[in-house]
Amino acid sequence: MNDMTPTAAERAAKLEGLGCKRKRVEDIRFVQGKGNYVDDLKLPGMLYGDLVRSPHGHARITRLDTTKAAAVPGVVAVLTADVLKTVNLAWMPTLAGDVQMVLADGKVLFQNQEVAFVVAESREAAADAVELVEVEYEPLPVNVDPLKAMAPNAPVIREDIKDKTDGAHGKRKHYNHVFSWQAGDKAAADAAFEKADVKIREFIVYPRVHPCPLETCQCVASFDKIEGELTLWGTFQAPHVIRTVGSLISKIPEHKIHVIAPDIGGGFGNKVGAYSGYICAIVASIVTGRPVKWTEDRIENLSTTAFARDFHMDVEIACTKDGKVTGLRCYTIADHGAFDACANATKWPAGLFSIISGSYDFPAAYCLVDGVYTNKAPGGVAYRCSFRVTEAAYCIERAMDIMAQKLGMDPAEFRMKNLIRREQFPYTSAFGWQYDSGDYQTALKKAMEATNYTKLRDEQKAKREAFKRGETRELMGIGVAFFTEIVGAGPSRACDILGIAMFDSAEIRIHPTGSGICRLGTKSQGQGHETTYAQIIATELGLPADNITVEEGNTDTAPYGLGTYGSRSTPVSGAATAMACRKIKAKAQMIAAYMLEVHDDDLEWDVDRFRVKGNPERSKTMTELAWAAYHEVPPGMEPGLEAINYYDPPNFTFPYGAYICVVDIDVDTGMAKVRRFFALDDCGTRINPMIIEGQIHGGLTEAFGIAMGQEIHYDPDGNVTTASFMDYFLPTAVETPHWETDWTEVPSPHHPIGAKGVGESPNVGGVPCFSNAVNDAFSFLGSTHIQMPHDHWRVWTAAENLGLHQ
Amino acid sequence: MIPGSFEYHRPSSVQEALGLLAKWGDDGRAIAGGHSLIPMMKLRLAKPAHLVDLRDIADLKGIRADGNDIVIGAMTTQYELIGSNLLVSKIPILRETSLQVADPQVRYVGTLGGNVANGDPGNDMPAVMMCLGATYHVMGKAGERRVAAREFYQGAYFTALEAGDLLTAVRIPMPPAGHGYAYEKLKRKIGDYATAAAAVVLTMSGGKVASCSIGLTNVAETPLWAEEAAKILNGSSLDAATVKRAVAAAEAITAPAADARGPAAYRTKMAGVMLTRALARAKSKAHG
Ligand SMILES: Cc1cc2nc3c(=O)[nH]c(=O)nc-3n(C[C@H](O)[C@H](O)[C@H](O)COP(=O)(O)OP(=O)(O)OC[C@H]3O[C@@H](n4cnc5c(N)ncnc54)[C@H](O)[C@@H]3O)c2cc1C
Repeated sequence: MNDMTPTAAERAAKLEGLGCKRKRVEDIRFVQGKGNYVDDLKLPGMLYGDLVRSPHGHARITRLDTTKAAAVPGVVAVLTADVLKTVNLAWMPTLAGDVQMVLADGKVLFQNQEVAFVVAESREAAADAVELVEVEYEPLPVNVDPLKAMAPNAPVIREDIKDKTDGAHGKRKHYNHVFSWQAGDKAAADAAFEKADVKIREFIVYPRVHPCPLETCQCVASFDKIEGELTLWGTFQAPHVIRTVGSLISKIPEHKIHVIAPDIGGGFGNKVGAYSGYICAIVASIVTGRPVKWTEDRIENLSTTAFARDFHMDVEIACTKDGKVTGLRCYTIADHGAFDACANATKWPAGLFSIISGSYDFPAAYCLVDGVYTNKAPGGVAYRCSFRVTEAAYCIERAMDIMAQKLGMDPAEFRMKNLIRREQFPYTSAFGWQYDSGDYQTALKKAMEATNYTKLRDEQKAKREAFKRGETRELMGIGVAFFTEIVGAGPSRACDILGIAMFDSAEIRIHPTGSGICRLGTKSQGQGHETTYAQIIATELGLPADNITVEEGNTDTAPYGLGTYGSRSTPVSGAATAMACRKIKAKAQMIAAYMLEVHDDDLEWDVDRFRVKGNPERSKTMTELAWAAYHEVPPGMEPGLEAINYYDPPNFTFPYGAYICVVDIDVDTGMAKVRRFFALDDCGTRINPMIIEGQIHGGLTEAFGIAMGQEIHYDPDGNVTTASFMDYFLPTAVETPHWETDWTEVPSPHHPIGAKGVGESPNVGGVPCFSNAVNDAFSFLGSTHIQMPHDHWRVWTAAENLGLHQ
Repeated sequence: MIPGSFEYHRPSSVQEALGLLAKWGDDGRAIAGGHSLIPMMKLRLAKPAHLVDLRDIADLKGIRADGNDIVIGAMTTQYELIGSNLLVSKIPILRETSLQVADPQVRYVGTLGGNVANGDPGNDMPAVMMCLGATYHVMGKAGERRVAAREFYQGAYFTALEAGDLLTAVRIPMPPAGHGYAYEKLKRKIGDYATAAAAVVLTMSGGKVASCSIGLTNVAETPLWAEEAAKILNGSSLDAATVKRAVAAAEAITAPAADARGPAAYRTKMAGVMLTRALARAKSKAHG
């Protein structure tokens, strides 16, 4: 080779493949305001839908009169449950095996429930008419407290299934009971508690919160009466699932439904489910023969579509006196609101909650979850976490701190002692999960060193002394959290949605000139898929990432997939992408062998080309091979260069991380200021470090919001009091702390490129870390647990209860 | 989140605006920066059929000294209050307060007149105006009248303004040179109304409080002037025991609502904490 030939490293760098901090290609349009969102869509003759909603938390509808609304100029139709009944759509199935009212049928079960759908020539006319739909309500007793849902005389939430003793997940214990779900070995766990030297028990609430993406849920439905075809544009994290469910519900054949998810402004789980607004828009389009747009406003988004969490966890840990955990038990009440519309893999009504033994070597563990109905909005989605993993991580990380406190051990030291050790992987947890890989101790050690942990503890000690002497009114808290996620749902033996296995897909076509297109069953909502999938292809095929178009969201062109949530895109579709590339590469190798007149096995891969072993001058680049694939394929070989892969992962992946946080608390106002936050993540192979960092920053900011101020709150009358950003705490750049990030890199052994998924780690690990920091500030005064959110008044109340305001 | 329909008017003089408001009566409404009114219209809590936009009325703009007073036109934005050298040198508490109102985007359009006329106990300027002893210039059917800020607020969204009145200017007596001041506001985030806030303006003489005035924000249906608390402090050195008594007197006149910021008892306590801190900071700034 002469000096002008670029080195392998130079050629690799040009590809902008794995490990490259490639700038996000989608940002070119986003930062210029040129994204194409659902609300940008305007079709000729399009109508606008708006919903009449219930002011009551629980009430019987005694009269519903749409005459005045229908008379408003511009109003074309008003749908009610009675209208929907004529097409058998007053109720719809949920992903969780329940049914849900599309429009209130006889009664309303939560505030802001959908009661009628007005369709008009303009949004303004629709909004005017909404006010004129006359509804009379007869209020019913309300229950918004999940702990009271199964009381003998609790208000009956679901009259439709009041007498049903069997639910979608087995026997029901009470008319407000949804399901019971258990995991682990109860006898073994009970035995561990009998023998334990030390035990703790705490009631830990993860409040109801909301994913609140900046773009709310919306859709445009357009039914072509002549062809009998429905096109549905919408904010869908899982477009194919919407198509299939849409077909099952509407009886329109699936090939006559076209679902298109254009650019999405954040999803975080909010945009997985099927909502009343979608069904109403579809029916309205069928009825009117015109396209119908439905756009949710902020209040509607926060108060009706897809809340998250609302887990009430009674947790216990058993331990030896020298600090080795021996058992875990947890009993949880899960508030599902009025309908069980949570988006879980169908067999898992409490999701993957049994990851609750966390990162620790628990020999015995057991958990039981009871789902209940209340007069609150339905949902229970996985808000930036794999199904219910955040709740589990929060619970175990709080409980570990409480045990450390009881033992008089440092929380980091206590974790270090109980973390699953490197040599134990693959590790089977007491709940039966197979953790594939990890080096936990190294991660925690690195985080402790980076933050100078022992020095922080010394400083805290000095500050506590000063506080006791009355020299300061500030308390310092140090939060430690070590989390293990379980993502990449999932192996078909474990996961399906309504019977559809949770595989995912990639279809790659390489064009003659060496560029190509990759279509996938996932759907980016801001994660940067157009950038990262192309990087996988760049490294696998030796073609520059810039030469690859990544396309998602159109069910007519994309291969079937289950969508993007639960950090599954990289673990599942990322794997499918690599596998499809490998099929293409194998074919390219045969073409190269033919062209170079050698045997396939005499070739070796060199960054972007195949070369003859021992004779590197003789080579064919992937670009040359692409041309050849359409031009001079070996005799008998099909021309073309494309492949599709449906990837059914052999296991979940298990990203983990060690987070440390320092807060300073003003005891007199209750204000907790985050002084420092350090996040070390291991997501396996790092595809694009810059995107990873962005994901971590975003997720930590969400975690900060959740831990420090968020709660979707209902008053006892069933009024939701936090339905706007004036009341629901959404941090801005001003409140958001500075984030320090770091990483280790233990690749997943079963994933084709070793990647584990990262989007959700910071939300999962961040919440317990903030909460542990706030709790740690007060622990020396004997306080074991303060409930989230740690907003000013609640922290102040904790201080008040400890007598700190005398 | 879509307001009802309305007609939009943009007069260029106070007289023209008054004429329009008189014509439309209860159906008409003045709009200044719109950052309190428009959110209420979007929720359809306010449904004016006619909006009279004041932005083109040059007479309602500007900040000027008038003898011992400073007169600020109603349409002066909160952003302009922050940038005024005259205010910074004469009544610096206005800059300090403005910087704590809402967020920069709101402050670019939100006006002082709108802030004090709105009647929302969450607005920050009214308590500061009560603290400073400001007077509002009001133009109505019967010509101009002047109403003391301390007399202006009657209930939530209920003020001395009558239908068709325009607030044209705010007149503030300049506090003596060397006065100390502070506006302490507890809030959850930028753009949030106060959990509780306290405005203090005081003068010191020989280590003792010579004069003192206190306003409280968002801890009752109206902004509060804590007259009794200030009286307790007069003549004191702001020693801990006296401050404690004054704070108790201030807390006693609060009657906050419970909301997402916290229960009523907490917000009362926070009024006390904000006052304690404002007093300490005002004292540290006072000369004499
Ligand atoms: C996100 C957000 C956060 C905010 N946070 C704060 C905060 O922390 N502190 C705070 O003080 N404010 C806050 N505000 C309110 C903001 O400061 C408003 O701009 C201000 O309250 C009203 O001023 P305006 O010019 O926008 O008035 P408008 O909204 O136009 O009018 C308000 C009311 O006053 C009447 N009005 C206006 N001008 C006159 C006049 N000259 N004569 C008679 N009546 C008049 C109107 O008819 C209307 O009833 C916030 C607003 C928003 C949107």
